[in-house]
Amino acid sequence: MTLVFPRESLSVFPKHLTPDYRSTVKRTPSKPLIIVPQTLSELTGPVYGHDAVQEGDADLTKQHKGEPLGERIIVHGHVLDEDKRPVPDTLVEIWQANACGRYVHNVDQHPAPLDPNFTGAGRTVTDSKGYYRFITVKPGAYPWGNHHNAWRPNHIHFSVFGHSFLSRLVTQMYFPGDCLFPFDPIFNSVTDEKARQRMISKFDLENTIPDWALCFRFDIVLRGREATPQDTDKH
Amino acid sequence: MSEITPSQTVGPFFAYGLAPHSRCDWKPSDVYDWKETAGANLVTPDASGTKIRIEGQVLDGDGLPINDAMLEIWQADAQGRYAHPRDSGTRPNTKFMGFGRSATDKSGTYSFDTIKPGSVPGPNGKAQAPHIVFCIFSRGMLRQIHTRLYFSDEAANASDPILTLVPADRRGTLVAHKEMRGELPVYRFDIRVQGENETVFFDI
Repeated sequence: MTLVFPRESLSVFPKHLTPDYRSTVKRTPSKPLIIVPQTLSELTGPVYGHDAVQEGDADLTKQHKGEPLGERIIVHGHVLDEDKRPVPDTLVEIWQANACGRYVHNVDQHPAPLDPNFTGAGRTVTDSKGYYRFITVKPGAYPWGNHHNAWRPNHIHFSVFGHSFLSRLVTQMYFPGDCLFPFDPIFNSVTDEKARQRMISKFDLENTIPDWALCFRFDIVLRGREATPQDTDKH
Repeated sequence: MSEITPSQTVGPFFAYGLAPHSRCDWKPSDVYDWKETAGANLVTPDASGTKIRIEGQVLDGDGLPINDAMLEIWQADAQGRYAHPRDSGTRPNTKFMGFGRSATDKSGTYSFDTIKPGSVPGPNGKAQAPHIVFCIFSRGMLRQIHTRLYFSDEAANASDPILTLVPADRRGTLVAHKEMRGELPVYRFDIRVQGENETVFFDI
């Protein structure tokens, strides 16, 4: 199997400069990006070396002496390529605010309580079917300084690698039905409606555990699809 | 239309999750800690070649340090082999992964300790000059930006198939300058995200 990584696949990504999200104004290149061929340096990427990941890293509710406060949830799904084939053995990392909408990060000064039993970081490696699963608590919404009365919708940050440096993805997982969607410039930086929907997890009743935790499914599709004979000719 | 999951910004608060062992100043002391998977030191005991350090600052359009960026690098070993199934060559140093991650500190500074990579194959069988692929994430970037580091002491830069696609007057932004710090070669590589002497970024 030889994967190709067409540039067109990135058409659903946000534009680098998205002035409604103010921090983009001084932090994005002003000169056009230079188009270059994909070489072995880009077609490879870190696929080995995740041995340090331990099983407990995927349960964010068991990283401290007691259990964190908040709504316990399961977040699971598959990491797939553009042909919807599983991406096995790939590193998935998450980080998030606690149930009150506060990150443990020193820079976060939102006056909501920290939870001594919650760090908010987790990681795992997908299995042979591309499947991953985390246990955590639902993150709270929080204010930010982008504009007057700006609030981020509830979200969990995701970092995923995939088969090469070209499939590398950092994104955010949202929750269904969030009332803050229409007002969030980061969510709306993705202009295609269908693409925005792919960042929203689905409530998963079937895998909700009775008397214990709600479940949300979040499948992640990474750049990369199988080469067609036509692609092979080109290379 | 593409069906991939869109990118979103890494935001300002990734450090305790993605780079807890990095030079980043912001990490509180009482968080869940885990074994490092990828950090700023890529050197392994079995890695042959020249040990080097790479240092630089990440700067925004006003020339101010970006103190909440994350840089990821990917490189071949000293023999020019990537630790990846797509590179068919055998690797004498099987523990060397070639992947590193560093957050920036309050002064926007990052650093990596690594091995100087060898030359790797390029398009149409033409060799590429030794280089390291850089990927930069930060608050204010809704998607990562890609660049490359080349070494100031490599004559092969003049014929590198990627570097020669860059307008001549901008190539210098991709070249890290060597200075010796005792026995250690240190390559300085500042990344100017926007404005005067803006670093060249690639669409790949």
